[in-house]
Amino acid sequence: MNGARRWPVCLGGIGLVTLLTLVSPDGLLAQEISRSYGDFPLIGSRAAVWIAAQVHLLFAAFVLGVPMFAVVAEAIGIFGKDRKYDKLAKEFTRLLLVAYSATAIWGAVLSFLLVTLYPRLWVYLTQIFAPSMWVYAGLFFLESFTLYLYYYGWDRWAEGRAKMMHWGLGIMLNVFGTIVMFIANSWLTFMMSPPADVTPDTSPDMVQFWSAFANATWMPINIHRMIANVVFGGAIVGAYAAYRFLTAETDEERAHYDWMGYVGNLIAIGALIVLPFAGYYLGREIYEFSPGMGQTLMGGFMSWLWIIQAFLIGVLFLAGNYYLWVGMGRIPGAERFTPYTKYMLVVLVAGVIVWATPHTMIASRAEIAAMGGTYHPFLGVLGVMSAKNTAVNIMILTTFLSFLLYRRANKEPVVEWAKTGTMIQGVLFVVCAGIVIFYGIYGYFVTAIVRIGFSVYQVLAVIATIFSVLAIDIAIGRGAKSRGAIRWGQMPERSQYALFILAVTFTWLMGLMGYARSGIRQHWHVWEVVRDTSEFAATPALGYASQIISVCVLIFFGLVAFIFWVGGLAEKPVLSGVGSEGGD
Amino acid sequence: MGKYLKHPLGQSVAILVAAYLLIKFGIVYLPPLVGLASAPVPSSVVLQYMLTVIVGIFVWVSDNEERWSKFKQPMHRVMVDPERKMARGVLLVATPLLVAFVTFDRVRPSVSAPVSFRSIHPAPPGQIDFQGRTMRLTGLENPLRSRGSLDEHYEVGKRIYYQNCLACHGDGLAGLGYYAQGFNPVPLSFQDVGTIAQLTESVVFWRIAKGGPGLPNEGAPWNSAMPAWEDFLSEDDIWAVIVFLYEQTGHSPRTWGDEGEEGGH
Repeated sequence: MNGARRWPVCLGGIGLVTLLTLVSPDGLLAQEISRSYGDFPLIGSRAAVWIAAQVHLLFAAFVLGVPMFAVVAEAIGIFGKDRKYDKLAKEFTRLLLVAYSATAIWGAVLSFLLVTLYPRLWVYLTQIFAPSMWVYAGLFFLESFTLYLYYYGWDRWAEGRAKMMHWGLGIMLNVFGTIVMFIANSWLTFMMSPPADVTPDTSPDMVQFWSAFANATWMPINIHRMIANVVFGGAIVGAYAAYRFLTAETDEERAHYDWMGYVGNLIAIGALIVLPFAGYYLGREIYEFSPGMGQTLMGGFMSWLWIIQAFLIGVLFLAGNYYLWVGMGRIPGAERFTPYTKYMLVVLVAGVIVWATPHTMIASRAEIAAMGGTYHPFLGVLGVMSAKNTAVNIMILTTFLSFLLYRRANKEPVVEWAKTGTMIQGVLFVVCAGIVIFYGIYGYFVTAIVRIGFSVYQVLAVIATIFSVLAIDIAIGRGAKSRGAIRWGQMPERSQYALFILAVTFTWLMGLMGYARSGIRQHWHVWEVVRDTSEFAATPALGYASQIISVCVLIFFGLVAFIFWVGGLAEKPVLSGVGSEGGD
Repeated sequence: MGKYLKHPLGQSVAILVAAYLLIKFGIVYLPPLVGLASAPVPSSVVLQYMLTVIVGIFVWVSDNEERWSKFKQPMHRVMVDPERKMARGVLLVATPLLVAFVTFDRVRPSVSAPVSFRSIHPAPPGQIDFQGRTMRLTGLENPLRSRGSLDEHYEVGKRIYYQNCLACHGDGLAGLGYYAQGFNPVPLSFQDVGTIAQLTESVVFWRIAKGGPGLPNEGAPWNSAMPAWEDFLSEDDIWAVIVFLYEQTGHSPRTWGDEGEEGGH
């Protein structure tokens, strides 16, 4: 089994190295490229490369995100002396092995397709980036074998100094994986934002490596992807736990996977809260690089994707909160808080409605005439960023409140100032909501440059509230009496579908917004440098793009389901024993 | 009646009906009561809002075990209870009929134009050819703001607007000119916070100079009837009318320092 798992990785690595050798500057590059494009049957070259790249990226995001929180969970196990976190980290890592193979296979497929279908572009990129591709291949091997050492050495290096060394391996796994991602990101961001001195007449040999590598959108993409990978990894782990929960045969298994699903959801939603800031930074850099490109992304023909994104993120918020609220049913003492969830739900639904209200509405001729234009005279005010920033910040605050109630559910504080502390927490929430709403409304009465500054105040207010309220809560909970242990495993089955929804929605979102990022290059392989002269030069329509992305999501989940099923056949789960220990 | 409203299923139906009435009629008739303008909500937005409400209702009924059981109970009884045979039969006929009617209603031929899926903010090019010379739009400011008297430019812009733009964009700059209803899409309202208030003056210059014919291929078909005013107006005329648009509406043009932070939909 282990050998069988290794071969695809080796195949991927060998394939990559072979390709790099074939098209190295001393090989193919020196020759004349006889054709610019190849043909792919039935679906065409673009769809073939698109699907390979998207599925590769989905697996890659998973194998880069999971080690980040696996190593954190292991650290909690080591330094908090809590074995169940160590076992959880090992189970996270077990998922990596199989997913890593799939990443490598799809990476090799992508490389083969690029070489055979887009040879001119491939040669152009290799002329600039060849050294980084060699380093990439080397790090790929290092990452693979570090992963094997990390997983297979888990039980052998379980104590003392050996355990610390093992944890060090986990850190190195993250370091190698992150560098690999940074390298690949430089290639794709160069295609979006090549340095200003690179023109269509510039020979690729004359392009300075570092200026091409560290281009304008490289670091924003690096940061955005790192955080998004954690979100995605958490969501997929949550879905895996849900699948295991639904198929579990014993109470112990159910308890373990219930807990694992909770941790996955917490990681996904927790990291999701900071993701918009990284996206904001990326968007800003795209505008800085090319206002036209930024306009296409946010206000032009890609802008409908943001409405879809708003709706899907609304689904994420609702599903994440729903999971917590249903979970309260298995916490003794949570019944004190359940009457309040309906008010939070009203706030969330109102938030989704505001956030997803389009400024330019889809309307028939008669409806447009009745409105006096494509902007609605009353609802139009919800279509601009002042309203949307306010809505999303209130939704984040509400989600945090859900988490806080969940956390507090079975605790009976014993510190004397518990009541005062809770009141301060309440005041902080109210003040924060007041600040967010005030700046949201005030934003309509000031110029754009002032209004943009307001969104920073709103975000800072929410972040400051989250940290201060959490700090107070940790202090209040010190030495708290328990109203009873969480009954892990006694979760209604329908709650697990919320975890599936989270995973599918995240996957879909990645595909859709990835299309937006890549599609804004329009008819350029490399923006305003290498023109796409193929029959697929036109930017795909939104409907076609959403179909391709949906196919990618289906392929990804089909493979994930198969891989996890196969993995489950061969190995017994590493149960944490959480059901008998209680805990939170 | 009160008995039904205490049941989660009855409450769900009540919330659904109330939400529909609020979205369909409340949004149209309530704001004018406090002096705010409103209009009927397009069916696409009604559908979007109602879907959100339905998701919310399902979250509410199923996030608590007791409520979920009570919610399902009447449906379960209709499906299996021997005494509910009649209700079951009615549902068996009514449900496919409803689906058939909705399907028929969606696909039956209509004389109205198809719904357009139009993006409203075309991306400006980095540079344009204006009357035989190249103008770089990125970073371009309105030269009239640093030359001569703004009042004079305003007066010139006002005259040009009333001579050329009035028929479509209207006296109040709200897109309600005499000919406005003859166009699809209708002319833009400059009073709206989502039009010129979101744009740099260079983008407005490009739109006036190149009109509908100069819109980019991406996002086509635009169906804009806006003429390319570079064929009729000088560069200073266009800048003057831009001064008039901003001064008259009270909006401030977007400045280059804040590019990139906001996007409209």
